[in-house]
Amino acid sequence: MRNILKSAAALGFVAVIGTSLLTGVDALTADRIAAQERRVILEQLGQIIPREYDNSLLEDRMVFSDENHFPKGQLVTAYRARLNNKPVAVVLKFNAVSGYNGKIALLAGINFDGTLRGVRVISHKETPGLGDAIEVEKSNWINDFEGKSLKKPESSLWAVKRDGGSFDQFTGATITPRAVVDAVKLALEYFETNRQFLFEAAADSSGSSAP
Amino acid sequence: MSYRQIIADGIWQQNTGLVVLLGLCPLLAVSATVINAIGLGLATTLTLVCSNLAVSLSRRFLRPEIRIPAFVLIIASVVTVIQLLMQAWFHDLYRILGIFIPLIVTNCAIIGRAEAFASRNAAMPSAIDGLATGLGFLLALVALGAFREIAGYGTLLRQASLMFGDWGESMQLTLIPDHPGFLLALLPPGAFIALGLLIAGRNWLDAKLEGRRKQSVRQSNLTFDKAAAE
Repeated sequence: MRNILKSAAALGFVAVIGTSLLTGVDALTADRIAAQERRVILEQLGQIIPREYDNSLLEDRMVFSDENHFPKGQLVTAYRARLNNKPVAVVLKFNAVSGYNGKIALLAGINFDGTLRGVRVISHKETPGLGDAIEVEKSNWINDFEGKSLKKPESSLWAVKRDGGSFDQFTGATITPRAVVDAVKLALEYFETNRQFLFEAAADSSGSSAP
Repeated sequence: MSYRQIIADGIWQQNTGLVVLLGLCPLLAVSATVINAIGLGLATTLTLVCSNLAVSLSRRFLRPEIRIPAFVLIIASVVTVIQLLMQAWFHDLYRILGIFIPLIVTNCAIIGRAEAFASRNAAMPSAIDGLATGLGFLLALVALGAFREIAGYGTLLRQASLMFGDWGESMQLTLIPDHPGFLLALLPPGAFIALGLLIAGRNWLDAKLEGRRKQSVRQSNLTFDKAAAE
């Protein structure tokens, strides 16, 4: 009996030391980690909206979900860019789930008039050397979206060439670009019908997803 | 056991990745490039040194029945601390290594060294053992990473900026210009094949060294016999 108590106390002691160590390190690094995460997302947003806004994208953001246009049960983050309080563009952060392997996290910047400002892939697990041509570092493919809208090309051509659309696919990889094209098209359709809401809904800085 | 023996065991005789074959999951998953390999290797080494040290210092008051849960607590705390520090200072590298940093906890090599070595030895030898085991793992990772990166991309040290900042941009060595990219080397099957070749290479080298050692022993015996005969 005595031994059991002793053992329990020793284990508890180890746990207390471990926990206090973690609390200390967490307190020391929390600010820096938050700053790093802000830096990463700002760099990504900066690739799509370099200038032309005077608000803070990270604070003027809103989180929502919509099962008809985005994967079920997943949150979409909208970063709103404004100049003198007039809406300029919105950057949507969402996932494409019909890729070859897992989620493809995307950022799509849409101008107030509904044209695409640009699309970037934040993370994906597609096959290296085949599907990874969606990364801007690997190929120019993703830049094709710039300037496109639901009218240009028309709706039926919003598909990869294999499916009779106007977007290139890659040699040996159709599934990945198809997933990206489809997801971007749905995002544009969402924007078309919910533009008011996207720009007018109150900023949600509490946010349940990353900054 | 001498320090020399501990170091030789950790790096060569009992190399975690190539002889004991522990921790294969991160070894295979994160070895597509040298920089990833170095990142995970250093994090694992640091974990091993800290956890061995902590286990060794607390070995007298950890009774056998709570030893394993206590080791798990210690290792998990150390890994989480390292994860937080990496997130704060090597954020981009952390984003690439991703889940494999927290998964260092599950690398059996670490609890293996805690149980087999640190729980029975003083602090200094335990720390050295952790360092040697970690370096052995790091070397296996880097060898595998170099092999796969050269075969797969034709380069060495690509994306070095993740670890060394802007300074790393110029570190990339292009060994095979206009390399078309060899997909197999970058995918999991390539990792298995490369690991197999690496283990075979190590065994071959080991057998050769062993043969030479035996020969020299035989020769010295011969001279000894001669001397005795005379």
